[in-house]
Amino acid sequence: MNAITFVLAGMLAAATPFLLAALGELIAERAGVLNLGIEGMMAVGAVIAFLTVHQFGTHSLGFLLAGLAGAALSLVFAWLSISLRANQVAAGLAIGILGQGLSALFGKNYESKTVSGLPKLSVPGLGELPVVGGLFTQDFVVWIALLATFAIWAALRFSKMGLVIRAVGENPAAARSLGYPVIAIRYGAVLFGGLMAGFAGAYASTVYTPLWADGMIAGRGWIALALVVFATWMTGRVFFGAVLFGAVSLAQLAAQAGGVNLNSQLLACLPYLVTIAVLGIISSNRRLLKVNGVASLGKTYIP
Amino acid sequence: MPAPLLSLRGLTKTYGTVRANRGIDLEVAQGSIHAILGENGAGKSTLMKLIYGVETPDAGEVIWQGNPVRLTSPAEARRQGIGMVFQHFSLFETLTVVENISLIVPGRKAELAARIRELGQEYGLEVEPRAHVHSLSVGERQRVEIIRCLMTDPRLLILDEPTSVLPPQSVTRLFQTLTRLRDRGVSILFISHKLEEIRSICDRATILRDGQVTGNIDPREHDAHDLAKMMIGRDMPAPRPAIAREPGEIRLELAGLDYRPDDPFAQSLSKISLRLHAGEILGIAGVSGNGQAELARLISGETTRPAAADEIRMMGKSVGHLGAAARRKLGFAFVPEERLGRGAVPEMSLADNSLLTAHRFGLVQRGLINRSREADFTARCIKDYDVRTPGPQAEAGALSGGNLQKFIVGREIMLAPKILFVSQPTWGVDIGAATAIRRRMVDLRNDGVAVLIISEEIEELFEICDRIQVIREGRLSPSLNVAETRVEDIGRYMIGAEERAGI
Amino acid sequence: MLLSRYQLVRRSSASRRVAILAPITALLVTIVLNFVLYIAMGKAPAAVFYAMLVEPVVSWSSFSEVLLKMTPLLLIAQGLAIGFRANVINIGAEGQFILGAIFAASIPVWVPQATGGWIWPAMLLLGGIGGALWAVVPAFWRVRLNASEILVTLMMSLIATQLLAYLLVGPWKDPMGFNFPQSVMFQLDATLPLIIPGTRVNVALILALVWTLGCWVYMQRSFQGYKLIVGGLAPHATAYAGFSEGRAVWISLLIGGFAAGLAGAAEVAGPIGQLQRSVASGYGYSAIIVAYLGGLNPIGILFSSLLIAILYIGGDNAMVSTELPIAAVRVFQGSLLVCYLAAITLVRYRIVRVVTTEARA
Repeated sequence: MNAITFVLAGMLAAATPFLLAALGELIAERAGVLNLGIEGMMAVGAVIAFLTVHQFGTHSLGFLLAGLAGAALSLVFAWLSISLRANQVAAGLAIGILGQGLSALFGKNYESKTVSGLPKLSVPGLGELPVVGGLFTQDFVVWIALLATFAIWAALRFSKMGLVIRAVGENPAAARSLGYPVIAIRYGAVLFGGLMAGFAGAYASTVYTPLWADGMIAGRGWIALALVVFATWMTGRVFFGAVLFGAVSLAQLAAQAGGVNLNSQLLACLPYLVTIAVLGIISSNRRLLKVNGVASLGKTYIP
Repeated sequence: MPAPLLSLRGLTKTYGTVRANRGIDLEVAQGSIHAILGENGAGKSTLMKLIYGVETPDAGEVIWQGNPVRLTSPAEARRQGIGMVFQHFSLFETLTVVENISLIVPGRKAELAARIRELGQEYGLEVEPRAHVHSLSVGERQRVEIIRCLMTDPRLLILDEPTSVLPPQSVTRLFQTLTRLRDRGVSILFISHKLEEIRSICDRATILRDGQVTGNIDPREHDAHDLAKMMIGRDMPAPRPAIAREPGEIRLELAGLDYRPDDPFAQSLSKISLRLHAGEILGIAGVSGNGQAELARLISGETTRPAAADEIRMMGKSVGHLGAAARRKLGFAFVPEERLGRGAVPEMSLADNSLLTAHRFGLVQRGLINRSREADFTARCIKDYDVRTPGPQAEAGALSGGNLQKFIVGREIMLAPKILFVSQPTWGVDIGAATAIRRRMVDLRNDGVAVLIISEEIEELFEICDRIQVIREGRLSPSLNVAETRVEDIGRYMIGAEERAGI
Repeated sequence: MLLSRYQLVRRSSASRRVAILAPITALLVTIVLNFVLYIAMGKAPAAVFYAMLVEPVVSWSSFSEVLLKMTPLLLIAQGLAIGFRANVINIGAEGQFILGAIFAASIPVWVPQATGGWIWPAMLLLGGIGGALWAVVPAFWRVRLNASEILVTLMMSLIATQLLAYLLVGPWKDPMGFNFPQSVMFQLDATLPLIIPGTRVNVALILALVWTLGCWVYMQRSFQGYKLIVGGLAPHATAYAGFSEGRAVWISLLIGGFAAGLAGAAEVAGPIGQLQRSVASGYGYSAIIVAYLGGLNPIGILFSSLLIAILYIGGDNAMVSTELPIAAVRVFQGSLLVCYLAAITLVRYRIVRVVTTEARA
């Protein structure tokens, strides 16, 4: 009972870093670019936001700078993989390693320091309900993330821009022959992905667990990448996947709250094990991946 | 005489070291169908990309309706009233027809759908606006491309090899559409290498060779022979006559092959039956996308099906469960339609590309590669098959389409196969290389090899095959003896008219 | 009007000269960029430069430490490079390394009294097997379930870290170890023989060099290696020629896992001498950089592993002498790979200045 209340109250917040990063990656992948550097971009976003909030106490400034830092790192990735036609996998790994290094370097003197989180806003009427009330009591970033999910879903489905991004992802050569600037569109999609990864990192370090520790992203960027595959590139499923992982990563705390005595290392592995299992289930459905997949994903476009 | 709709003066475009277009002059009159004639690699496609703004010229000027213009993008070209239908369509399979059209035509989807239907009826280009493109046939896709152009209200419509994807009867229908458009004042630039077509529909023809204009004529005043000579700069090489020969034993047999692919965008095959004998050439005709690619992979062993091993037999053995390497050991050789990335590895040298299929011929010893034998084999292939390249160490990706095809065909023939299977032997290949490749096929047949060919070029099949079967929607027609068959008969099978007639 | 712009034009064949020059140029650019960063951090660039890049190679004692660091990097990177060339992207060497360390440690942990010359070879073998076993999951997932080995290998690494932590706080904790999360110290026969007196360099270095030679023969001369390379460059050509794609995935991951496991075993049986948390110190990730930086070529990797090992030791030196944070080494490694990837574009492409004479409307 307590555990359910606890998970319901916390899972959206726990899901938010996954959700923000995966939404950004979704756009980049829809345009045909596989960015494996998400973990590094989140790490840089996390440290920049933490430093900013620690210094000035302003979360909005922290998020802004974190987003810009993520975007800056993704710009380097875009330059390598789009302009210089480097292998997307190698470029993503390089940026990931660089980002994690920068994060450790900048955060060196802040180990174990804390900042204050964000106040929670409750939906009038719903926030006071028993059991599920916690679900409707969230900080404003969670609310914004939910809005962003809806906006991205609508944009991909209904807008001209979404149509163009999907076209570029399926067949960049054809998109170019119709006159669309493929390079610029891919740059834009990758930069958006970096921006969102920066936000995701900022949320992780200044709101969800407002405490600095090196390596605090702890594979969440990689799980966000996996989420995009789980969701077979569909926005709604990205959201549900993120919430699932939010709930799973709360399991450790929930289990303790519920008095279940399980090994803490095993519980820490739970998200990774779930990732491996779901990845196997979804990927083995080749038909599904083919129908929903992005045809040019990971392939270098040469005009 | 009214001013021309479009004039080009000295248009030049260079890619790296390749001078694709050199000082092109061209005039397209109002309301005319103007052919651009040239063989593969002559620079036709580059020229069209310059006119449509996909590429910008290095030098020269474009005069549109009397005014010099800079066409810096396709959007700009469309604004000026230039539309283009690409040879390899610029359609997106996962989007619907109306979504594809809305990529370049503004407007709400419901309005667009209504206009698509309207234009479709007016020009005989019916297509369902809400269908996904991947569910459409090649002919329907072409209609979508043309409608999409017409919806931008063009003064000039460019069509790049529009008939290469159509059966003969649909070509007639396309020509009716084009004539109707011309009569309403739209000029058409018609790119082709098919001489008879150009003679039947075009008012003017400009001939390109090696990136330069070599002629500007009225095609109705010249015969196909003249046109060909202008196109390739010398007389057409004569085909190799096939000697009369009784076919030998059955080398390849498909017995009621049924196949449902994993890939939802691929074509299923049903009840495919054929018999290929030693000493004959069997051709498989058909419009692309009717199951040729799937059939080729099943025959080559790139797709294996252990559950249906008996449906494919080579040299009398069931092979449906065997992979490509095992089938090759039985004496099977294969030239696929994609040369780069399938028949050859573009980043590897020709020598290393020999190893791909010739490794059993002493090129590998005790698991290690014998470099000198590899080089010898490759040098022999280059020499015997007239591959124009600096040598065995040149990368496959640096060769022209025709030369790489000669290399791959040569490599496969050097494996001394009992069955040679060639898919699209002359796609994108210049006429000289194409003729050489066809002669090789006939020579092999005369020597008793069983040769199977998939091609979209009916003329090519008629030139070299003993028998033809037509593939349509994953089904194969009965065998037709070339000597007793007319092109129109093949055409009827290509569009399915024979089935409807109950034959 | 004259317009000029730059564009990349594909070379007719890859340039060998640029292939050698590119990593050197990348290194120089990286040094400049990072030293700008160090200056911004208020460090004396000359002192950092000396400590990081010169000091490790001037004295024999520190160079022997470089060789010690180089050993695991060389072992792992050679294995990874085989997979990378086959387009099997194993980024989980860290986990396979940890499993190798755990498997090797099982002998001294379970039979601490055992003696004999068989122990250390058995530990190395066991380590290799452990690493390879950890790679079985991603291989099976990719071949049978079509799942990305990139994500699965990484997840397996994160799991391995937790497994190590569990063993060290739980069943394998040294009962006499004052509650530190570490195993017992290994007995003498469970440590690798030293090969250079007065240093910590052990027999694993010889193994790594032999391994390098083996990888060179395998990738440059053997038909099996050729098949893997074809698979990496053109998967459709693999199917066309009838080479098995699944087998290539298994070979790549098992070789990569074995090598990483071997390196992990050599680390616990070598310089560390017990199983502890610091075993997982990022060799598996650095080896990715080493592999790419060496151009995925066994000889190139010999040099790149030496370079990254120098950076490791140099980073330690710089921390001591100039208080440069150790994370700076990770930044250096990451930026080096970025610069390298930018530079190798020129191996396949030339930059051409295109001058356009354009008629104006």
